[in-house]
Amino acid sequence: MRSRIPQLIATLFLIALLAAPQLFKRLGSHPDAAAVGNTASGPDLNRYGFRLQEVAHAAGIDFTHQAPKLDPKLDHIMPEIASMGAAVSVVDFDRDGWPDLYVTNSGEGSLNHLYRNQHDGTFRDVAAQMGVADVNKDGTGVSMGAVWGDYDNDGYEDLFIYKWGRPELFHNDKGKRFSRVTDTAGLPQWVNSNSAIWLDYDRDGKLDLFLTGYYPETVDLWHLKDTHMMPDSFEYAQNGGRKYLLRNMGNGKFKDVTAEMGIDSHRWALATTAADLRGTGYPDIFIANDYGVSEIWANQNGKGFKEIGKQALYWNKARNIGPKSGMNANCGDVLNRGQFAVYVSNITENGLLMQGNNLWVPQAGTSGDNLKYDNLAGPTGVENGGWSFGAQFGDLNNDGNLDLYLTNGYVSAAKKESYWYAFTTITGGNSAIISDAKNWPPMQGRSLSGYEHKHVWLNDGTGSFSDVAQAVGVTDTYDGRAVALADFWNRGALDVAVATQRGPFLLYKNEVTPQNQWTEFTLEGAKSNRSAIGAQVRLFWNGQQQLQEVSGGNGFCAQNERRLHFGLGKHPKIEKAVIRWPSGQVQTLQDIKIGQENHIKEAV
Amino acid sequence: MPEQTLSAPPTSAPSAPDAPPLVPPEVLEAERAVPAAADSKANSGLGWEPAPKPGTAARGGFDARYIAPIFITLILLVGQFSFGVLESLPQTLLAIAASMVTEIVLSRLMTGKWPHLASAYVSGISVGILIRSPYFWPYALCSMIAIASKYVIRVKGRHIWNPSNFAIVMMLWIAWDQVATLSQQWDNRFWAMAIIWTVGSLIIWRLKRFHICATYVVSFLAFGLVRSLIEHQYYVTEISPITGPMYQLFIFFMITDPKTTVRPKWGQCAVAFTIAAVEAVLRLNSNIHLSVHAPYYALFIVGPIANLIEIWYTSRRNRPSSDSPVPVVATA
Repeated sequence: MRSRIPQLIATLFLIALLAAPQLFKRLGSHPDAAAVGNTASGPDLNRYGFRLQEVAHAAGIDFTHQAPKLDPKLDHIMPEIASMGAAVSVVDFDRDGWPDLYVTNSGEGSLNHLYRNQHDGTFRDVAAQMGVADVNKDGTGVSMGAVWGDYDNDGYEDLFIYKWGRPELFHNDKGKRFSRVTDTAGLPQWVNSNSAIWLDYDRDGKLDLFLTGYYPETVDLWHLKDTHMMPDSFEYAQNGGRKYLLRNMGNGKFKDVTAEMGIDSHRWALATTAADLRGTGYPDIFIANDYGVSEIWANQNGKGFKEIGKQALYWNKARNIGPKSGMNANCGDVLNRGQFAVYVSNITENGLLMQGNNLWVPQAGTSGDNLKYDNLAGPTGVENGGWSFGAQFGDLNNDGNLDLYLTNGYVSAAKKESYWYAFTTITGGNSAIISDAKNWPPMQGRSLSGYEHKHVWLNDGTGSFSDVAQAVGVTDTYDGRAVALADFWNRGALDVAVATQRGPFLLYKNEVTPQNQWTEFTLEGAKSNRSAIGAQVRLFWNGQQQLQEVSGGNGFCAQNERRLHFGLGKHPKIEKAVIRWPSGQVQTLQDIKIGQENHIKEAV
Repeated sequence: MPEQTLSAPPTSAPSAPDAPPLVPPEVLEAERAVPAAADSKANSGLGWEPAPKPGTAARGGFDARYIAPIFITLILLVGQFSFGVLESLPQTLLAIAASMVTEIVLSRLMTGKWPHLASAYVSGISVGILIRSPYFWPYALCSMIAIASKYVIRVKGRHIWNPSNFAIVMMLWIAWDQVATLSQQWDNRFWAMAIIWTVGSLIIWRLKRFHICATYVVSFLAFGLVRSLIEHQYYVTEISPITGPMYQLFIFFMITDPKTTVRPKWGQCAVAFTIAAVEAVLRLNSNIHLSVHAPYYALFIVGPIANLIEIWYTSRRNRPSSDSPVPVVATA
């Protein structure tokens, strides 16, 4: 009997180990957020300080995205290939003080939409009238996204459309009409692009363009020579499209200076953003690459770029964060300490592929060439977002901390049929196999991480986020792609626009508790580019600070409103706002209006 | 415990009859004294480790039990520092530490002896490579389950599951939403794959287990053809997974583990073939979880069945007849 006691103990030990996950899950489980957050009349405003209501139809937006039909050689995996193109960018194109929306479509011959804000809670499509609708004509490719920037400093935002095909540039004729200037602008003839940004990389006061290729530019997805056009690795691919840094020459023309500036990446870029990440005063470029590592192209004082991702992101081999499937890049001062973190979305399918998203937070005290990031997505709680796409930081409840809105879902087809097994057979294969689309198993109407629930991560200010999506009213399960934030109704609340692939355009109107205060900044450059892209506002209040920067494109195929929105919480006492213009000029403001927009013009 | 003595098989470790024993006599003495412990100690899970006995050790004063740990460590280091293959090094170190601590605790509890930790090391390292999770706890838990299973789930003194395989499958069940398995390439270039296949094959050949790997690979390729005909899919698509590192580890380390497969050479080949067959069936299954993790489930199903059959057969063959005395055979 005595000899059986150790055996009994060991057996009980094994049983306890096997039961541990379920036990921990039960002990650690919280009541369902949706259940506790909702009342009979909808989400409870007081619980999280805000609630979102989808109002696109009521606001006059009835748009459903169409996907392209590419070469028949890709028919067997068409839903997977033709899985991008739903994009949204926010602009006040007519300078009436109300944010408008540009929404892309991707079916051959389909129309893009420019929704003008009617000031009464509704929008009206004026794209055709303005001349920016019919850009997906046969033979020219289809839209993947659009970014706005005033490249000629005339005070009106111009439109750049990136496509799988011929990129297009439209000049804004004082908000009355757009002129197509593509043919004279010196743009590349064909780029299979999924991201572009406006930036003034050399701080000459003129906005330049950075355009990234996904598929190689030699590939015409409608007329494939062969099917060897896929990435040669699921995580180490470098056979994607080239990048284009197009310098604004000031005469309506752009010059390709990519090689001259040292940018030679051929990774599969899906998202790009630019910000002064290193504190040099010049914008650096962050690229989130699919099938590989992210890159940071460090700006060498406007004279060139150097890739520092390896030492800044992947510096610690012991705590290595390997290559993933980057699909989003946006910046936010999530810890209110005056430095930008960068959020990169990836793929997580529980039990099958758990890449996890990355929240790259700069190590305190690092900057310049010594900049180093830690991935804090896990500890902060923003790691698992499903098959994640576009995300944006913004203070959704005006409590003074940046929250995170993430959309997701890849291909929603047959609900009970999953393509995941077939997908894993090919993604684990050698380059000779994976790079040939012919070898990719047919989808046959199956879903691949479809019908996913979205994430609205609320920042509690201590570096911890909790998902409140269901509780605040974000209940859609469409295949989300692009997310853009703007105060569409000029009420001091960040609303959320979401473009979904093959799905309806969504507009979530935000209702925020009036107890929390806010302020907004609209910047206009004079010496700097007039859009003030690259200008930073560092707001100091209640003993804390928050840094924001005007962006020329961020997230996934998206661009937020240029106006910067700061939530301030209750009883704010603003000390000052320090604006650093792209020209290098620094302006300190003491008299900041709370509950209003502050329109600031750069001194000449 | 005569059945343990009787069933103790000749080890398949590289033999060198004239060489001195490489394992300290006191260790061997301990194994003799506690056969169950000796068996568990010799088994590593994913990394197999032949238990040398006097007169069967490798030449040159080198303990054959270190071959697998060294090989897998080299793979790990090269993979990690070249391509960053791990989820993270701390997670893998946690898996190794949890494995070793569990081995020590259970060995002390069950046998009162200090165990040789090479086996636990390989179990831990294999868990650290094959499990994928953003969390830390699955790495510790999986390692602990692997080691505990060796001590608890035993039939006639033999454990019947490959410990790492058992633990990984358990994790896929009990923590299915927290854990995945290694599924992607390391690099993808041909030379990386070729080096692992070549070095792995040479070592496995040296350890006289190559026939298991060869049988499995040929069977996998054959069943891939069958699946491609059934599924109307390209053949290269069906055999694509075998070009990945997960399979390289599975083939070289997991299915060749001497303590969790049968003893006769033909039986080992039969088991390898059956694993490939069951895996093919699971891959055709509509359950995504089963099909994605088919090789683990196949070994989980086939391994114990094969072992139980052998245990039953051996025990029956060696059952003493009424007119013959019980034979006394030295244990391995």
